[in-house]
Amino acid sequence: MTDARNPDVTIDSRDASCPGPLMDLIGKVKGLDAGTVVELQTTERNSTTDVPEWLEEAGHDLVDIEERDEYWSIYLEVN
Amino acid sequence: MHRIAIVGGGTGGTVLANRLASELRTEIEAGEVEVRLITAGPYHVYRLSRPSASGLDPEAVHKPTFLYVPFGKKTVDDAKRPIEELIDRRVTLTIEEVTGVDTERNRLSFADRTTSLHYDQLVLATGANLEPEAVPGLAEGGHHFYGPDGAERLRDELADFTEGHLVLSVVGVPHMCPAAPVEFPLMVDDWLRERGRREDVEITYTYPINRAHGLESVADWATDLFDERDVSLETFFNVGEVDPDAELIETVEGNELEYDLLVATPPHRGSDLVTDAGLGEDGWADVDRHTLEATAAEDVYAIGDVADVPTSKAGSVAHYEAGVVADRIASRARGETPTATYDGKTACFLEAGMDEATFIEFTYGEEPYVREPSKPLHWAKLGYNESYWLTARGVL
Repeated sequence: MTDARNPDVTIDSRDASCPGPLMDLIGKVKGLDAGTVVELQTTERNSTTDVPEWLEEAGHDLVDIEERDEYWSIYLEVN
Repeated sequence: MHRIAIVGGGTGGTVLANRLASELRTEIEAGEVEVRLITAGPYHVYRLSRPSASGLDPEAVHKPTFLYVPFGKKTVDDAKRPIEELIDRRVTLTIEEVTGVDTERNRLSFADRTTSLHYDQLVLATGANLEPEAVPGLAEGGHHFYGPDGAERLRDELADFTEGHLVLSVVGVPHMCPAAPVEFPLMVDDWLRERGRREDVEITYTYPINRAHGLESVADWATDLFDERDVSLETFFNVGEVDPDAELIETVEGNELEYDLLVATPPHRGSDLVTDAGLGEDGWADVDRHTLEATAAEDVYAIGDVADVPTSKAGSVAHYEAGVVADRIASRARGETPTATYDGKTACFLEAGMDEATFIEFTYGEEPYVREPSKPLHWAKLGYNESYWLTARGVL
């Protein structure tokens, strides 16, 4: 597994409003290989619950959620 | 002369052109300012229907009307007007396809001529475009009501649909007419009941995230009505593929759903002009959400569906944005500092059936409150649709 702090792909969805960040993630994940580590950056608190729910539904792994100064970083691994 | 160019003859483009013609009428008549609206024929980039039989007269299209075509309440002709009828005489109308924007030299290039056009201020109002081909099998297996051909085809299909599983699936977000997917199952439920067919038809609505709509209050409202009217709801439903032969939808999440009639809100994309000009990825123009100025170029704005702002792709947004950008452009044309800003104001009617509607309005960061549906609000929506052509002229 790639170190979560050095993701393979970063999705910058800061300033997108809900459900933008989750939709950005879903759109991007479709084209990624298994094992890819993704960081989703979001200013929406909802993403910290919506995204884990969707990951579980879609069968991907939540790696970590980090709260930064002005946004959250959600790390996941594509299955 | 100060040259203002507007690319795209949809809601945003026409309202903006007319507002500018009014605000700058003195300067235009003095020959100091030119307002030019550039719009093309039946190209995928633009929100125009096909030219009329004569091959001339491109027509403006009022897309919300298409929601009513499948139910026989409107015809596609109700959604069209010759664009020349809508445009103030002080606006220079150019019927040509723009093929490129050079934001460093402030020039537009065209499909049918070698000369380019200089602009002092440019507004992109090129709208959103359907992209069903982004999902394998969707174009072949699904219907939609977002354009004249799709709406008429769906009308014919519904007329003969007496039993089976009808699915309304939102296959992509963002999409234009944000309330329309929620409205459709409620309208078709009512329409089928009126015809005594409802008991033999199962209706399912699907949405990509964990609720029925991006806006939570609309999701709550719709979910209650779906429960009440026996419309099934499937969430976290991201269509990966459609098998038209098997009449089967397969999702990214690994689920399958059979259908007899699939009505989709197809994936949408922005404008190749935007991508090629370096103004935004995926064809949506990156703009300052308050001034609507492009972030990657000077002297460029974007309004309407093509603008990447954190609110809905609704006609009302294009309308309000056009008002703000008209003020800003007029100020600059006069050598003044622009002050007008856009607060994200969005207004939407929502049909709750064939004769009841409700209404929401909100600004950036606000969650709208959904009022109880009523007949007066339904008639208000129909009234607005009828008066839309006055809106496009900038009168309302």
